[in-house]
Amino acid sequence: MSGETMSIFSPRLAARFDALVKKYPVKRSALVPMLLYAQDEVGYLSDAVIAEVAERIGITELDVRNVATYYSMLRFKPAGRYNIQVCTNISCMLRGAYPLLERFQEELGIGHKGVTSDGVFSLEEVECIGACCWAPAIQVNYDFHDDLTPDHVPGILKTYRSKAEGAEGTAAHA
Amino acid sequence: MPKLVSHPDEVKIVTRRFGQGAANIGKYIELGGYEAVKKCIAQGPEWIINEMKASNLRGRGGAGFSTGMKWSFVPKQSAKPKYVLVNGDESEPGTCKDHLIFLHDPHSVIEGTIIAGLAIGAKTGFIYLRGEYRYLLEIVEKAVADAYERGFLGKNIFGSGNDFDIITQSGAGAYEVGEESALMESLEGKRGVPRIKPPFPAVVGLYGGPTIINNAETIATVPHVIAMGAEAYSAVGTPRNGGTRLFGVSGHVERPGIYELPMGYNLKKMIYDVAGGVRGGRKLKAVVPGGSSTPVLLPDEIETLGMDFDQVGKAGSMLGSGGVVVIDDQTCIVEFALRTISFYQHESCGWCIPCREGTDWLKKSLTRFHAGFGAASDIDNIQYLAENMLGRTFCPLGDAAAMPTIAFVKKFRKEFEDHLNGKPCPFAKHVELTVV
Repeated sequence: MSGETMSIFSPRLAARFDALVKKYPVKRSALVPMLLYAQDEVGYLSDAVIAEVAERIGITELDVRNVATYYSMLRFKPAGRYNIQVCTNISCMLRGAYPLLERFQEELGIGHKGVTSDGVFSLEEVECIGACCWAPAIQVNYDFHDDLTPDHVPGILKTYRSKAEGAEGTAAHA
Repeated sequence: MPKLVSHPDEVKIVTRRFGQGAANIGKYIELGGYEAVKKCIAQGPEWIINEMKASNLRGRGGAGFSTGMKWSFVPKQSAKPKYVLVNGDESEPGTCKDHLIFLHDPHSVIEGTIIAGLAIGAKTGFIYLRGEYRYLLEIVEKAVADAYERGFLGKNIFGSGNDFDIITQSGAGAYEVGEESALMESLEGKRGVPRIKPPFPAVVGLYGGPTIINNAETIATVPHVIAMGAEAYSAVGTPRNGGTRLFGVSGHVERPGIYELPMGYNLKKMIYDVAGGVRGGRKLKAVVPGGSSTPVLLPDEIETLGMDFDQVGKAGSMLGSGGVVVIDDQTCIVEFALRTISFYQHESCGWCIPCREGTDWLKKSLTRFHAGFGAASDIDNIQYLAENMLGRTFCPLGDAAAMPTIAFVKKFRKEFEDHLNGKPCPFAKHVELTVV
């Protein structure tokens, strides 16, 4: 797909994808990162995202879906603007990940994979995120927060809530 | 930002540039960076491989295979292009060492990749980071761009007449992709399921070309081995176990963190001296020595245990990824086993039946058991099921789930029995410590 063709992505992301498919010895190698970057912009892998990615790579939509369903970070419905991912794997669990997760659930009023009604937050219990020595740790979108206690929760939520308010009316998605 | 820790017993080789701003290429060069690759260009492929063999550097991903040997398996002549693939999918619970390497010293990974390419005659290297490590990928991508700008990558690198390119790649969430053949599948834009071996990647790998796949820590170590010399590097460790390791001590210790210690360092000392002992003055119950897939060890098994591949192997476990998870006496082992198996159940790619079904049934059994609804026969069944997964899958994920489970049941049978007959878990719900 050339840059001029109608794209559902921003001109910047479309240009990035134009370059990405040329980066590898085989075009299809661009598929997994492309899906993740598309999700970062659109919020999830919508039918339109899947169709355009399939066309850009030159494979079927079914091929794209087959691959996309394998990877745990890829999703097929919208998450909150800020997706809170709480690791509860062993190292985090030993240092209080479950009370931390419970505090997030209480403060947000949502459970695993839930989205707040204003669409600002979603919550996910996730597997090891590679911050075991600084446990318990979470990721909000791609930002790490480590060495947490449940008392940190209100402050973290406040920070992101004000970010969301500041960004209101600008981009549709972070 | 991950906290850096330090201890007088550390031997800082791989971590020596940490905390000094070496992600900046100028700083990296100022601290002696990109000298090793120049030495390698002058000496040639055969010399590099011999140095790597002599260094006794063994794969830091967990298998502990000799890096020099691995490189020597790549055929000299090949009709298809050869590749170097750096595995930064770091996903084994208890493991976060590569996180720090990418953050503090990304150029060591780039330099190591170039050296590996020179050794096997590859013109392209890939650095694959797990999708969650986006901020680290951006650091690595900036470092790669800077290296291109200086002529360290691209055409005619360092004026040597050799070309070498590095391509960075993001995953999107999958433990299984840390397995080398699944990693290649993922990089080819497919589901990360393992390939059957043989053929081994050194012969038929990425895009069908001969490929070496090394863990990010292994690759980051390579320039240091070249710079200090194989003999000096090897002398730091124990016989057949060259150098140091980035041990990640986590769980119930006073000072968790990544510590670079010589191979063979005593595990008890690592927990009590280096990491400050068990948190809150509690007693040690058990230690997972090398990431969640390695069989648990009891306190009396670590008294004289040296942390190298051979000694930990002899003790019935594995050095694995160097992720030491410390468990105190207030922890329910049944819950710990359940959390461990839940992970493998979640991450099993479903390709091989013993793994797909085995992890699922183990999770079901352990869930029921921990809730107090287990039968006495379940204890043996859990062990039987796990034992029948061993060695019956394409990749080691099945073993990674089965091995720790068997050890938990064997070493903590009494604790499993304490959960029988509807008795509530003898330990508090979840295993957090109140902050002291």
